[in-house]
Amino acid sequence: MSRRFRPDRDVAEWAGPTVRYDLLKEVTVCFIVVALLTVGFSIVFGSPDVKPVTLKSWSTADPVDFVQTAITELAGTSPTATYGPPYTTTPGVSQKLGPISLETIPGDRLHIDTTQDFVIHPLLTLPDEPALDQAVATYESASTTTQQRWTTAFGNAAAKASVNSAGVLHMNFAGTGPTATMMVDLLSMARSGALDGALLATPQLYGTDYTKPLLFLADGTYMADLAGAEHLHGSQWGMMNETGNFPGQAWLWLYTMWYQVPPMNTSSSGDIEVWAIMMVLTLGLILLPFIPVLRSIPRWTRIYRLIWRRHYRQQAGVAGGGRAT
Amino acid sequence: MSIPGAIVGGLIAALVDLSHPGKYVHWGVIQISVANLVVIGLMLVVFVLAILLPFPHSRPKR
Amino acid sequence: MSATGTGTPGSPTVEEPVWVSERTTWTGRLRRRAVGALPPEKLLPDTQPAYVASWVYIFGALSLGALAVVVISGAVIALSGPAWWHVSAAGHFVNSLHLWSTELFFFFMVIHLWAKFFMAAWRGKRRLTWVTGVLAFVFSIATAFTGYLSQQNFDSEWIGTQAKDGINSTGAGAFWNVLNFGQMLMWHILLLPLVISVFIGLHVLQVRRRGVVPPFAEGGPLSRLASVTVPEPAEVREPEIVPPVPTAGATEPAIVPPVPTAEVEP
Repeated sequence: MSRRFRPDRDVAEWAGPTVRYDLLKEVTVCFIVVALLTVGFSIVFGSPDVKPVTLKSWSTADPVDFVQTAITELAGTSPTATYGPPYTTTPGVSQKLGPISLETIPGDRLHIDTTQDFVIHPLLTLPDEPALDQAVATYESASTTTQQRWTTAFGNAAAKASVNSAGVLHMNFAGTGPTATMMVDLLSMARSGALDGALLATPQLYGTDYTKPLLFLADGTYMADLAGAEHLHGSQWGMMNETGNFPGQAWLWLYTMWYQVPPMNTSSSGDIEVWAIMMVLTLGLILLPFIPVLRSIPRWTRIYRLIWRRHYRQQAGVAGGGRAT
Repeated sequence: MSIPGAIVGGLIAALVDLSHPGKYVHWGVIQISVANLVVIGLMLVVFVLAILLPFPHSRPKR
Repeated sequence: MSATGTGTPGSPTVEEPVWVSERTTWTGRLRRRAVGALPPEKLLPDTQPAYVASWVYIFGALSLGALAVVVISGAVIALSGPAWWHVSAAGHFVNSLHLWSTELFFFFMVIHLWAKFFMAAWRGKRRLTWVTGVLAFVFSIATAFTGYLSQQNFDSEWIGTQAKDGINSTGAGAFWNVLNFGQMLMWHILLLPLVISVFIGLHVLQVRRRGVVPPFAEGGPLSRLASVTVPEPAEVREPEIVPPVPTAGATEPAIVPPVPTAEVEP
């Protein structure tokens, strides 16, 4: 059984001369060279370590943004509260590829109820706060319509809130019902650091899961503004970037590029669309040897003529010279 | 901090501070940091040099 | 030498031939396959084809060197834990080593990829070499990603809260939570390094097994081979090793004690 020789798939194995080669020496020298380069770069440039944002640092630096975000968590209108899988079961927000929505298959496996998890439960951990406990009870026992009336009033007032030189929040609490007490106390709790702790608390003391505080932080604009200043937003090709002037992840250029071009850049299913494109392209790279036309590009571009120029010169000599290439 | 610790710490701290706000280049829809541009540029230069630079002749072995 | 086989006590035992245990035990069969595919002179060669004469060939070894520095610096960080580098100048330096060796790893690996592409290095039964190489690249990206998530600083906060959207959209986010530091750290220091070790190991062994890809046939008499059919290599069958068949009626030679010779008195 024989098959046709295809120059981009097959090659006649080498039966020609060999030269001396020291594999172990090459690997050793390469390791030493890289180690020296690494030490050199580390001494000269170091590495970045920008301190993380915490609920404490956020609420202290920008209490207005904090309470504006916190009221949406209570109301269940924040980005996390309306995210869909894997955090919530909000209908109509899942990303789709045609008729298929992959994220709905596992569902809300990491369920988060922002009203309870981000606001009410942390507030109730505070001891000896009868006025706060009463406010929470009033809120929870009210009808949905009443709750919405209070949270909307608070949200509107918070949009016009200000902070005085002492860092104290000033806003109009009229019509906000018990949410005023809840939000003011949540702000204090955040500024003391207790909210960071409450969101991380587990029944067994030990924990390594930062989902809740990180989602809360991401719902605000404070962390996002800091990121924008460092060119880390998606629209800034941020996936490739590092804080400061450090090189980042240049190898992610193609992944982030698709987020900049239509229709993905404005699509509500942009993430899954970009993932689908990248999966296809990655599969194409893996299976390149099996793909005609693409696997012929090396032969067509003839860069190999430069790489193997000594070999081709020797072959021309062997063939008696004079053959034009 | 002990004196040896302070010396080592000083030596270990970066000579060139890259922590200042990054410099970026804009070209149409493309935005890229100068740092990343330098890295990519270096890769292309090193690739071309690796192909063009003459390679020492090895001892033949029958 | 161990004597196998049975015999009545006192009678000599027969040793099982090597060809039997080599073909009937798992170990023997694996050894034969391994040594057949990679005899010592292929595993650790001291020659290479004459056409391997370009600096472009060193980038695989440079990538491996960089990976070694990544692993060593990571191991040093592991000695004191993931929070060490925030509170120690020495720890911060080791973190810098880990970051720059990673940058160098991708720098050299991508140049290696470009070089192998333009050499069409998958030719001649080397497709598995290419496939394992690209898989090593892809999983290296995932490993680097989990590393960035494990920094426990502003960068990791931002990367996690942004990257979650892409991963969540595939449904994988329900199981692989980029905001779960413990999970991401364990994938970074154990699971993903194991995966890339397997792919890099297979990749390097494939290079040793198949050798460096020969150049394209150009000019010269070989170029005309493009239109000649290439026969499949004939299947090499191992000769049947037939154990000697004892002839009928033959018995084991009797062990005869020496006949005492008459002593000659001096």
